[in-house]
Amino acid sequence: MATQQTSAAARVLVAPSVVLLFLWMIVPLAMTLYFSSLRYSLLDAENIGFVGLQNYTAFLSDPDFTSALLNTLILVGSVLAISVGGGILVALLMDQPVFGQNALRLMVIAPFFVMPTVSALVWKNLLMNPDSGLFAWIARSFGLEPVVWFTNYPMLSVIIVVSWEWLPFASLILLTALQSLDEEQKEAAQLDGAGPFSYFFYIVLPHIARAITVVILIETIFLLSVFAEIYVTTGGGPGVATTNIPFLVYKEALLNFDVGSASAGGIVAVVLANIVAIFLMRIVGRNLEG
Amino acid sequence: MGSIQLKSVRKAFGAVSVINGVDLDIKNGEFAVFVGPSGCGKSTLLRLIAGLEDVTSGQILIDGQDATDIGPSKRGLAMVFQSYALYPHMSVRGNIAFALKMAGEKADVIERKVSKAAATLNLTDYLDRKPRQLSGGQRQRVAIGRAIVREPKAFLFDEPLSNLDASLRVQMRVEIGELHNDLKTTMIYVTHDQVEAMTMADKIVVLDRGSVAQVGTPLELYNRPNGLFVAGFIGSPKMNFIGGAPAAKRGAATIGIRPEHVAISTTDGEWPATVRLAEHLGSDTFVHAEGDGLGPLTLRLEGEAPLKPDQRIFVTPREANLHKFDKDGRRID
Amino acid sequence: MAMKQSIGKRVGVTILAWTVAFLIFFPILWTFITSFKSELDAIAMPPKFLFFNWTLENYAEVQSRSNYLKYAFNSIVLSVGANILGLLVAVPAAWAMAFAPGKRTKDLLMWMLSTKMMPAVGVLVPIYLLFRDLGLLDSLWGIGFVLMLLNLPILIWMLYTYFKEIPIDILEAARMDGASLFNEIVYVLTPMAVPGIASTMLLAIILSWNEAFWTLNLATSNAAPLTAFIASYSAPEGFFWAKLSAASTLAIAPILILGWFSQKQLVRGLTFGAVK
Repeated sequence: MATQQTSAAARVLVAPSVVLLFLWMIVPLAMTLYFSSLRYSLLDAENIGFVGLQNYTAFLSDPDFTSALLNTLILVGSVLAISVGGGILVALLMDQPVFGQNALRLMVIAPFFVMPTVSALVWKNLLMNPDSGLFAWIARSFGLEPVVWFTNYPMLSVIIVVSWEWLPFASLILLTALQSLDEEQKEAAQLDGAGPFSYFFYIVLPHIARAITVVILIETIFLLSVFAEIYVTTGGGPGVATTNIPFLVYKEALLNFDVGSASAGGIVAVVLANIVAIFLMRIVGRNLEG
Repeated sequence: MGSIQLKSVRKAFGAVSVINGVDLDIKNGEFAVFVGPSGCGKSTLLRLIAGLEDVTSGQILIDGQDATDIGPSKRGLAMVFQSYALYPHMSVRGNIAFALKMAGEKADVIERKVSKAAATLNLTDYLDRKPRQLSGGQRQRVAIGRAIVREPKAFLFDEPLSNLDASLRVQMRVEIGELHNDLKTTMIYVTHDQVEAMTMADKIVVLDRGSVAQVGTPLELYNRPNGLFVAGFIGSPKMNFIGGAPAAKRGAATIGIRPEHVAISTTDGEWPATVRLAEHLGSDTFVHAEGDGLGPLTLRLEGEAPLKPDQRIFVTPREANLHKFDKDGRRID
Repeated sequence: MAMKQSIGKRVGVTILAWTVAFLIFFPILWTFITSFKSELDAIAMPPKFLFFNWTLENYAEVQSRSNYLKYAFNSIVLSVGANILGLLVAVPAAWAMAFAPGKRTKDLLMWMLSTKMMPAVGVLVPIYLLFRDLGLLDSLWGIGFVLMLLNLPILIWMLYTYFKEIPIDILEAARMDGASLFNEIVYVLTPMAVPGIASTMLLAIILSWNEAFWTLNLATSNAAPLTAFIASYSAPEGFFWAKLSAASTLAIAPILILGWFSQKQLVRGLTFGAVK
């Protein structure tokens, strides 16, 4: 409800944002689509030509793509499982009446603010280094052989680092959801004789179900494009053991200078992300109604 | 000066018509009350006059000048909102002064006008407080103060008392009435409460589903409602409506009789009935009865009436106060 | 009213909670401690936890060797500058959508959100080539512009949810009081929305500060922020853990402190208002 004057003003005020975002989204995407149909190498810029879907067939049939897709799914799936599962436990713990709750919150949320390049390097060196890392010392003090993390278990190592970054996010959001649970509901459930487990499964879980969904979807969007952690630790290796799709596209574009192939990879990533995005948009959209 | 005229004003939101062609003439200095059930369009009509909504068609004239296409800030009207709409980040002084500042008044003029308004409204001691530090009634006064410093052509009130508790509401009702007597400025007041309408108005405009049902002084509406809607809306408790034989006998499709316009006897009378419930208020007794073949009747007796549930009574309407309506619900004289 | 609990149980839960929180926080604490060690102490086995010669030499070294201040300056300019630009565009847009919504406002909001779903790699190639051809590679303006666009949907969304909580009556009252649209936004809306705008800004700064995909790919030296500065430690020479720790501490400390202040608003911003 508004007058024509205000709606006219509204259109003028929204316009800059819309134009900027439109240009930001549509122009590069159209260019990516266009490039993806070209034979276009920066090393051989004279020799550009239309090749149709050839870049896609090449990219999709490349064994590196298959492994990158698999790596992406493993990375996203494992980090989701760890951060959401762990996040629920941490949130439940933090929701208890403990001493020093605020200080606890600050400690738990802290890793989220650490820039990805820092997290990755700190974990790789200070903690996971097989000679002088803290984990190696712990293993030795139990009389075990230290694990050579990034060489022998490269994917697991990346998963650990990324999970550490995202566990706080899940914990914080789930804690917020938990805290909105009505105290009277807790008391009613107690009076109804619900034990801790039935209380959790019948009252708590349904209450935070929506927050869990939101966490899963938002994390998925970010996890599909994990890049910096791989860039500074394994460089996608050994071999292609930790190359996910963003890293593969980066390699094609800026290391192999193959614009056509990188663009095809980019479009594949867009399609993947959009599948997730549709679900997230539904949930947020439903929220907009209320 | 502050006369307001509406000429065939229509307002539709998309396909939904909210105001269907309203013609209205509010004279300078008049206290006009728009009353009607929720959804009748009374607030929308006020917002159209304020300029907060555009009319779909028709004209709004303020002091005889076409104001239809003028923005709200230039109409020279002041409005008191249901929620008070005080600026939470400004002190009481800042709230009252804001309009003057926007009009580019000089600081000393602003100070003088604000002090005067504050004195009128007993707000002098609160000028430096923030709205959240005030009680409901004080906030209401600030909202009024914000309106009066502008010396507007007319005041618009949008259900200003509905957020106050009952006793404060009565007090503020009186204060607004006194303010009108002092300022003699045109006021348009929207309410769903017919008691407020009856007590405050020079002129009541009853609205029904986006149209004017009747315009008149409070007593005109009480004594001569022009149809079933106004008859049922004005007056408390509600008028009793009776169809069938008793109406046909008097040449009407429906007859209406107010609860206070009946005689009750335990021995004989026109309509036999059974008492369901008697509410003893001390000054009055409200009797809810079931008339034989007539349906529920509400009756109002002065003083204490010794009636009990299930008791048989006889109800006789006073012919002089009987209202007759035809089959379309219009008044028959 | 909390559930009835014995003090003993409460102490037990407290110890457990503090242990878990400590483990989660430990890598940051360890980095902080290591930053004050000599390089030899940093790789000592068994590790030295508190009893070593505390020194500030790493901080001095980091600055003299790799010019930390230049990168920090770039990070500040990029994250603050990009979001001030962003706010200038986002505040009017959020006003319009919150207070003068049209039939398509909801679709528009959803569309803006959807631009956030676009994976960066999908547009890396054209943006890289465009930047190369326009001479924007490694320039603060170019990267700042990208960071602004990245955050614009979040800015608009957060502001929108904050503005929605402001009763429209108050803005209408300002209109009735004779305020122009400009005065209405400046004198009435903005002061009321300051807390919301501040926390929006805070979140956006945190996100920009830590953004690592575009900054690593588009900046090489002149415009490189701290993300790139740290990345340069991934292929080091000689002993470097203490220096890495010092550099890391410097890179994360400002944003960690900002983040702690804004954690309440964070939830709402990161979930686009879906969890409050």
